[in-house]
Amino acid sequence: MTVTAERPAEVTPRRPDRGPGSRADGWIRRAPLLPALIFTIIITQLPFLFTIYYSLQSWNLVRPGSRQFVGLDNYVKVFTDSQFRQVALNTVLLTAGAVIFSMILGLLFALLLDRAFFGRGFIRTLLITPFLITPVAAALLWKTVLFDPTYGLINFVLSPFGAGQTDWISTFPLTSVMIALVWQWAPFMMLLTLAGLQSQPHDVLEAARVDGAGTFAVFREVTIPHLRRFIELGLVLGAIYLVNTFDAIYMMTQGGPGTASANLPFYIYQRAFLGFDIGQSAAMGVVVVVATIIVSTFALRLIFRSFSGEES
Amino acid sequence: MATATPERTVTPAGGDDQQLNPKARRSVGGTLLSVLAWIVGIGFFFPILWMVLTAFKQEADAYTTPPKLFFSPTLDQFRAVFDAGIGPYLLNSLFATVVSTILVLVLATPAAYAVSLRPVKKVQDVLFFFISTKMLPVVAAIVPIYVVVNDIGMLDNIWTLIVLYTAMNLPIAVWMMRSFFQEVPKELLEAASMDGASLARSLREVVLPVISPGMAATALICVIFAWNEFFFAVNLTAARAATVPVFLVGFITSEGLYFAKLCAAATMAALPVVIAGWIAQNKLVQGLSFGAVK
Repeated sequence: MTVTAERPAEVTPRRPDRGPGSRADGWIRRAPLLPALIFTIIITQLPFLFTIYYSLQSWNLVRPGSRQFVGLDNYVKVFTDSQFRQVALNTVLLTAGAVIFSMILGLLFALLLDRAFFGRGFIRTLLITPFLITPVAAALLWKTVLFDPTYGLINFVLSPFGAGQTDWISTFPLTSVMIALVWQWAPFMMLLTLAGLQSQPHDVLEAARVDGAGTFAVFREVTIPHLRRFIELGLVLGAIYLVNTFDAIYMMTQGGPGTASANLPFYIYQRAFLGFDIGQSAAMGVVVVVATIIVSTFALRLIFRSFSGEES
Repeated sequence: MATATPERTVTPAGGDDQQLNPKARRSVGGTLLSVLAWIVGIGFFFPILWMVLTAFKQEADAYTTPPKLFFSPTLDQFRAVFDAGIGPYLLNSLFATVVSTILVLVLATPAAYAVSLRPVKKVQDVLFFFISTKMLPVVAAIVPIYVVVNDIGMLDNIWTLIVLYTAMNLPIAVWMMRSFFQEVPKELLEAASMDGASLARSLREVVLPVISPGMAATALICVIFAWNEFFFAVNLTAARAATVPVFLVGFITSEGLYFAKLCAAATMAALPVVIAGWIAQNKLVQGLSFGAVK
């Protein structure tokens, strides 16, 4: 963002043929950017145009010749579909729950690691590992080795507390998925907040201590305000990634029972690839995109506001 | 903040507390916190440790109550995973990961240059565009992607995944590489051009040494994402081009849920990325936060 700050200096009022600010200079600057930009536009933006187009059609892949233009019919169906509303609610719950709990856990871990002790690097490495495990493998691990009613570790660990052979995944499907996601994402939140903790200005901390502020007061008055933007960034980024959760649901619950643990990505997948209903699933896709744009415009502002000031 | 509890108990100092001076007490509290950190770290990691241990068990040892910590290790399960044909899937994953990562670097490095050292006019807009593509849910694009890929006969083709993985990682790479380009000292570049160095030469001799560790970190992040990707792989590939995560799904469908076998398969699937991630752990946040956190 420092870059943009320098830009006005290079813009000259008249546009000479050569030199800074000229048309040729502009294209020389643009040339290295264009391949990446064009590639990204083609691969990530064009499909959305098609999604809009398909969403206006009734089109089922298993019924050849069924394709026809139906206007906004698909959208009417989407909004009157009570399952869709249930699934949308699940998506919000799952995303918000996973993001918030992993942030709380991650922050606690970061606080534990923000001091020198024997084996600190090793413990940090252990703590980030869940984040690195292939999500499909992690979901499998939770579904079987951890959550299995008879042989699972969770029930074994809880058995002294009187837990029987609870079948966690079928009793609490959404919560089970959320637990697996929190286990995977708390490490990311930890890394982020740890970076925040370690970038605290030491002179301010020292000054506060010299002024006789207790550890807790320093934490509340200096550390928390400093950490705020790191926490905000973590919440936003966590939400970006977690709203797309698919692997965990696919592996652990298949969205069930019923649609109890399905989120929008999984539901749309079911409609498109198990129901072959292209028009309907495209319409849902458009609705999801619109919702995401609304939410993320706000979220993007937050990111830019939080971190654009840092470099200058 | 870590020593909050012990320090505050110092204040109402009384009786036998006198023997311990605050510093000694702080170190007692510190030791407790260190022990706590160890317990938390090992506890959080334990499922993975357990997965790896189970992978070396016979099935009979995997199904016991209480769970067995000691057993005679075997490689049978890994053998079974290879017999089930993980080989080609590993190769597909490797190929898709390596080629897409190279493509990402080839596209992202010049792009990052154009939004940092020699910036285009609308840097902010360009950066905004790249990050916004990551905000759009993949699921909304999968239908047309499937239809188009099907129409051009590219279903179950590894190059389809390569193109999609490149697009998926490109925005992150541009943001990350940009933050590395910004570390190039401007004075050095100016000095080089004053000395009459050509652009190619100053890129090679001034810029490249500064950004190459960053390129390595960016590559590792792309490797992690490409290797772990499942959504595109499961929807667009079948027998020929499927990757390791897809193998895992097929493996449990065909073999049933046998703990030891699936732990062996899961361990093999996760291992390459875990190692890459351990190497790149300092850069993980930079990649995931699109370079916002250094």
